Amino acid sequence: MDNALWTLYARPALITVGEVLAIIVPLLVAVAYLTYAERKIIALSQLRKGPNVVGPFGLLQPFADGLKLFLKETVIPSGASPVVFVIAPILTFTLALIAWAVIPFAPGAVVANINVGILYLFAVSSLGVYGIIIAGWASNSRYAFLGALRSAAQMVSYEVASGFVLVTVLLCAGSLNLTDIVLAQRHVWFVVPLLPMFVVFYVSGLAETNRVPFDLPEGESELVAGYFVEYSAMTFALFYLGEYANIILISGMASVLFLGGWLPPAPVVPFTWIPGPLWFALKAALLAFGFLWVRTTFPRFRYDQLMRLGWKVFLPLSLGWVFLTAAVLMGTGWLPGHG
Amino acid sequence: MILEAIVFYIFSAVVVGAGVGVIAARNPVHSVLFLILAFFTAAGLFILMGAEFLAFILVIVYVGAVAVLFLFVVMMLDIDFERLRSGFVRYLPVGAGVGLLLLVELVLIFGTWEVAPKRLSSVPVYARARLTNTRALGDILYTRYVFAFEMAGLILLVAMIGAIILTLRHRTEVRRQRIAAQLARTPKESVEVVKVPIGEGA
Repeated sequence: MDNALWTLYARPALITVGEVLAIIVPLLVAVAYLTYAERKIIALSQLRKGPNVVGPFGLLQPFADGLKLFLKETVIPSGASPVVFVIAPILTFTLALIAWAVIPFAPGAVVANINVGILYLFAVSSLGVYGIIIAGWASNSRYAFLGALRSAAQMVSYEVASGFVLVTVLLCAGSLNLTDIVLAQRHVWFVVPLLPMFVVFYVSGLAETNRVPFDLPEGESELVAGYFVEYSAMTFALFYLGEYANIILISGMASVLFLGGWLPPAPVVPFTWIPGPLWFALKAALLAFGFLWVRTTFPRFRYDQLMRLGWKVFLPLSLGWVFLTAAVLMGTGWLPGHG
Repeated sequence: MILEAIVFYIFSAVVVGAGVGVIAARNPVHSVLFLILAFFTAAGLFILMGAEFLAFILVIVYVGAVAVLFLFVVMMLDIDFERLRSGFVRYLPVGAGVGLLLLVELVLIFGTWEVAPKRLSSVPVYARARLTNTRALGDILYTRYVFAFEMAGLILLVAMIGAIILTLRHRTEVRRQRIAAQLARTPKESVEVVKVPIGEGA
């Protein structure tokens, strides 16, 4: 009995916990260093030095920031709804982490190799709006509420377009499983036939993570800091970590869906020396760098222009591309997974 | 399989608890949050049954879109809680009557209804054929039920057009940005060089 309990439940549970830790710990380090990278890259593009005091080249700066936020006091505004107020940042951060369960790093190297991985990712990213809207409401503050409303409208708008982008990808791959989607890109990465969709997905990613140039929910010149204006200490830190984890997540998703995940650019010798997970990390890092580069380059969108771009440009474009892809695949007989 | 049973009962308890929370919460926003919890946990129950496609569609459509709109509307409404609660005793008999009627109907349906009596077994086709349930749904939806499916799509399209027509009004006082017109401007038509003779300018 004891033995069965061990092999059936305890051992798989321990293995799963180990796998989860093996993803979350590097992810958190990556998040910490993404904040450092952001400050360094912005500094370099503005001919400044950026953080360079704490540790060599300022490398320990993220940990100093984390320690500072950890030691601060969590202020809950009077008139706020305390339970909901605290749940909001936890929700944001948790959602940014759990999406990684289905991202494949190498053949077989995935925590949950589920059949509907792409739907899982879409579901998790569609839940992300709750953290923000709940935070804005629970803060009982006008700035926070306005920021939350803006953010909810924005995320819902851009999700429609990115949903159609996912449909084109899975039309080409013939599967909802992310490992199958990567393997379907052995011959050609989907970025080549679906380049416009890659651009739509990346820009929608910018909008869904509330990054510049779509950072109206936290537009500091109008709303102070938007939905998290009332948050302090660790609750604030969780929002911030969630935002950066989402940037890495969107980059990882884009590299799985369009840039061939762990696959090298060509299966020839100098490329195959580099292991698969490193290819994945390189592609994701390149895309994440794009997020930071965009931040230093573009001014903020006006709100009506933001809505126009989402509904009148991206939505018809991606819908048309779904039809085009389906028609081409049917016409040429390249439709995968048939039979 | 004992673990599955435990998880099932936990999820069911959460669904029922959240359902009670929806009608018991004093704050309407908390009600909607309970409703979201109920949707989400119901998706967990779907996964326990092996219907992962339905589970994620439930999360994407209901939790990710419909409930966001609920939350939006409820947050914006300025609800007078006292007035809402004042009629409770007066409406209680009507509410209880409707609830009782629904209960009796459900008991009648499930007491007498035989699901597909000519089927040999109640095991779904996809489980026997070892298809993923996404493919099983697609296979049956786009072949046997294609007309019903298209009809549902048409009805939704008509509903959408109706909603747009009912709410669309062309306001003349709003100045809109016309991007095509902006881009079509040339220096020739927008810049005028005026030669003002010296000493004669206003």
